[in-house]
Amino acid sequence: MGRGGRLVILGVLLAVAVGLVVFTAMAFIRSSPPTVDFATGHQPGAPVDMTVQTVGSIGFGPHPTWVSYLTETPSGQWVPTTLWDLPAHTRVNVTVLQYDGGSPLRNQQWGQVQGTIGGNATLNGKSFQVIDSNSGNGVGHTFAIPTLGISVPLYADNGNANLCAVAPCTTKSPHNIVKFSFMTPGPGQYPWQCFVPCGLGYLYGNGGPMATVGYMGGFLKVVA
Amino acid sequence: MSPSAETHHFRRLITIWVVLAVVLDLVFYFAVSPHVPPGAMTSSASGQQTDFTVLFMIALPVMLAVWVYGAYALIVWRESRSGDAEPEGGPKARGNLGIQVGWIATTTAIVLGVFVYGTVELIVPAGAGGGEGPSPIWTPTSHDVLPVQVIGQQWAWTYRYPTFGGFETKQLMLPVDTTVEFHVTSLDVIHDFWAYQLGVKADANPSQDNIAYTTTNQLGQFTVRCDELCGLWHGAMYNFGRVMTKAQFFVWAQSTQRQNAANTKLLPPFSYTYVPDANGADGGYYPDNVDPYSKVQQYGATSPAK
Repeated sequence: MGRGGRLVILGVLLAVAVGLVVFTAMAFIRSSPPTVDFATGHQPGAPVDMTVQTVGSIGFGPHPTWVSYLTETPSGQWVPTTLWDLPAHTRVNVTVLQYDGGSPLRNQQWGQVQGTIGGNATLNGKSFQVIDSNSGNGVGHTFAIPTLGISVPLYADNGNANLCAVAPCTTKSPHNIVKFSFMTPGPGQYPWQCFVPCGLGYLYGNGGPMATVGYMGGFLKVVA
Repeated sequence: MSPSAETHHFRRLITIWVVLAVVLDLVFYFAVSPHVPPGAMTSSASGQQTDFTVLFMIALPVMLAVWVYGAYALIVWRESRSGDAEPEGGPKARGNLGIQVGWIATTTAIVLGVFVYGTVELIVPAGAGGGEGPSPIWTPTSHDVLPVQVIGQQWAWTYRYPTFGGFETKQLMLPVDTTVEFHVTSLDVIHDFWAYQLGVKADANPSQDNIAYTTTNQLGQFTVRCDELCGLWHGAMYNFGRVMTKAQFFVWAQSTQRQNAANTKLLPPFSYTYVPDANGADGGYYPDNVDPYSKVQQYGATSPAK
């Protein structure tokens, strides 16, 4: 084979290698958990009912030991995601099944219920506005949308109980039920997150699952 | 080119330059300057607006001098127009003491002037809205100062008002015509408190009390952003504050103090800095035993005398 032929083959191989690297990088960058759609088919004026659960360890996937939220789809399937399509200017009734243990909050400010309809939430059917995270089981997680001023602490389960360690958890496992409602704003993307630094083993507890969409933070994708 | 022709060109160039510089500087001063960011909501914002205006009005004539000379040379001295031999600018300028001294003196005066002005304005007034660390050198003349603690955490700002019982809130409300003493700190990584329209910007470091001053002059809304890349939700770490009348502020502060009373009792005592738990999910934050009150913190829970 002549020199020209070898150069052509070398060029083709180089192009294939670069293409594979770019394809892999883009696939990684563009990978995202699924979005649960609560907006399609929504009747104007009707509330959206949404159920999520928090687990101490998701038990599968690339990070089985990571703490995580899961979302129940309208068809009743549990999906490990934190991305939701929601209709604008609509009441959202949230039920959180809290399957995780807890600790004192780093900042007790997040122990207050704020921004919900009525300014309160219910814990196992009982209304509350503040949780003292330094007493009892502490706070497992929070559900907070900072840009909307919404924050709800999720009372923890007893850490000595036999807590669920593989998601999705069932109500046979120890859990607390926290309910609250809020109004969605106009269309847009609104990030939400947990304010308990529950990324064990990471700097200040805010890496890992706290810094990865699909685990302890995500987006409300509010659509018109 | 004869000496009289050279003088003619020189005068014409100077005239064009002076007229353009004066006109455009005046246009900038009257039409653009009032809209130059960050506005005039506070003393530090006004100072920054003035600085941008002054520096631009100095830079504009310099820029015009280059452009006017270039345009004039292109139009008047191009070969096809005159047919004359090209002027020998280099050799004629060499050894011209007047040109050399004038050039060096002018450029030196401009650069030193801008240097001195910029350096002085970095600290006027009262630190110019920048973080001065825990022991500020440039302090306000007023001793009636409202202390507000700014707490950065991944990924939100919260604010404590020590002279109103130490309540903590996600809202930053300020009274107008008041000197504010921001104590900026963090519970985890480094953040940066940037209240854009207030002209205030100070790093939020864990276990550090970074003090910045400003005096509110206008009512209105302002934006607070984190200006230090601090993790996944850094881009969402912003909120909006408001400068309100003193009466409105006292109503807001006292009502928020009441509303948050149950939670305020659970907060650690007010301190300039806190020691967060270093890792993991357990542990809150704790005061680091620094004396929490300074001599200038007098703007408290009672309305000031009228």
